[in-house]
Amino acid sequence: MSLAHRIIPCLDTDGERVVKGVNFVGLRDAGDPVALAARYNAEGADELVVLDIAASRDRRPTFLETIRRVAAELAIPLTAGGGIRTLEDGRAVVRAGADKVTVNTAAVERAELISELSREFGAQAVVLAIDAKRAGDHWDVMVRGGRESSSRDAIAWARMGVAAGAGEILLTSVDRDGTQSGFDVALTAAISGAVTVPVIASGGAKSPAHFVEIFREGAADAALAASIFHDEVQSIHALKQFLASNGVEVRLPC
Amino acid sequence: MKITILDYGAGNVPSVERALQRLGAEPHRTSAPECISKAEALLLPGVGHYAALVRALDEKHLRAPLADAIRRGVPFLGICLGLQVLFRSSEEACELRGLNLLQGVVSALPPSVKLPHMGWNQIEKKRESSLLSGIDPGAYFYFAHSYAALDLHDSTAICSHGAEFTAVIEQRNIFAVQFHPEKSGDSGARVLQNFLRLAA
Repeated sequence: MSLAHRIIPCLDTDGERVVKGVNFVGLRDAGDPVALAARYNAEGADELVVLDIAASRDRRPTFLETIRRVAAELAIPLTAGGGIRTLEDGRAVVRAGADKVTVNTAAVERAELISELSREFGAQAVVLAIDAKRAGDHWDVMVRGGRESSSRDAIAWARMGVAAGAGEILLTSVDRDGTQSGFDVALTAAISGAVTVPVIASGGAKSPAHFVEIFREGAADAALAASIFHDEVQSIHALKQFLASNGVEVRLPC
Repeated sequence: MKITILDYGAGNVPSVERALQRLGAEPHRTSAPECISKAEALLLPGVGHYAALVRALDEKHLRAPLADAIRRGVPFLGICLGLQVLFRSSEEACELRGLNLLQGVVSALPPSVKLPHMGWNQIEKKRESSLLSGIDPGAYFYFAHSYAALDLHDSTAICSHGAEFTAVIEQRNIFAVQFHPEKSGDSGARVLQNFLRLAA
């Protein structure tokens, strides 16, 4: 009996369609979120993340409808976010069917947002998304979709976010995102060792060996990827079998 | 079959409802005391803070009808906080009283492990269980909690994260699970289906 390492596909959407790009730019269409959600649910994904990376105010109702339609397909937990600025934004996402809410830029600007969400929904429902980029001997927290530096240290911010009530950290390496050159092991190990909550590693995954590495050496509790699953470069089931055969505990269908 | 879900505003009510509908049940959400008194089968979902559930039970005058229905033998399934509230109290909100239908208290999981205990874990059966009937012994279930019943006296199945804790309770008409069957894929659906069968 021990906690399985989680494999989490991520749907980056423009509110309605799944999109993808490299280093947060150059987006292109990658499919229907509802169809992908149903496929991942059936393939043995442990959770699903749906993000609104456009996060424009006027498209909000469209994104909430997407959450509703995705949630209806799932018998696994759903995390949603992107552009969550207020407690009311968080409520709308939970009401639409998300189990957890991710916060990012707005929390960097106002950490109380984390506490407000945590008080209302519990720490297990609040995922602090950190986009981190190497800056000399440390990692900077990036905001606004990874484009701007907040001049905050990622390790200090992770600790602060957990103290404020975050129950999980979704850690994206801006340096690795979209490169398919492997997860950022040093970054993930540093954050995972600094906080008491689970850490989801994100950015750079391609081969099954990258996943073994991030669980073993990066001390990640979960690993998230997008395009390798969308493009069927990697099946979730085959990935989990590879992890199991390498001694990484995963949930395989009985 | 008709099943009454206590809707006190918990985040997981819609997914519990959907999971039951997929199994062909007719879930009916309520926060009205009279509906609880008349229920044929009761389900108490819950996720988040213990205090939110206990305060809602008191503010909406649901405590007495719920406890009475369970004592009368109405089939009951508690999920996550819905398990924890069956005990006398919880360390998460020491000043509040639980339903006190089971002996013991709910305690924090030890800080030696990452908390919340979040993700998929296996359980170990301690007794024969109708709720777990037909479920593979290696099956995984989805957990998301930081507090648990560490007293294993009434446990039908246990789980372990830093310490062993009660994962499943099965006593007469009282069924309760610390994990989220509505989020636990096929094995979770089987638990809900077993409850529907037992409640029928």
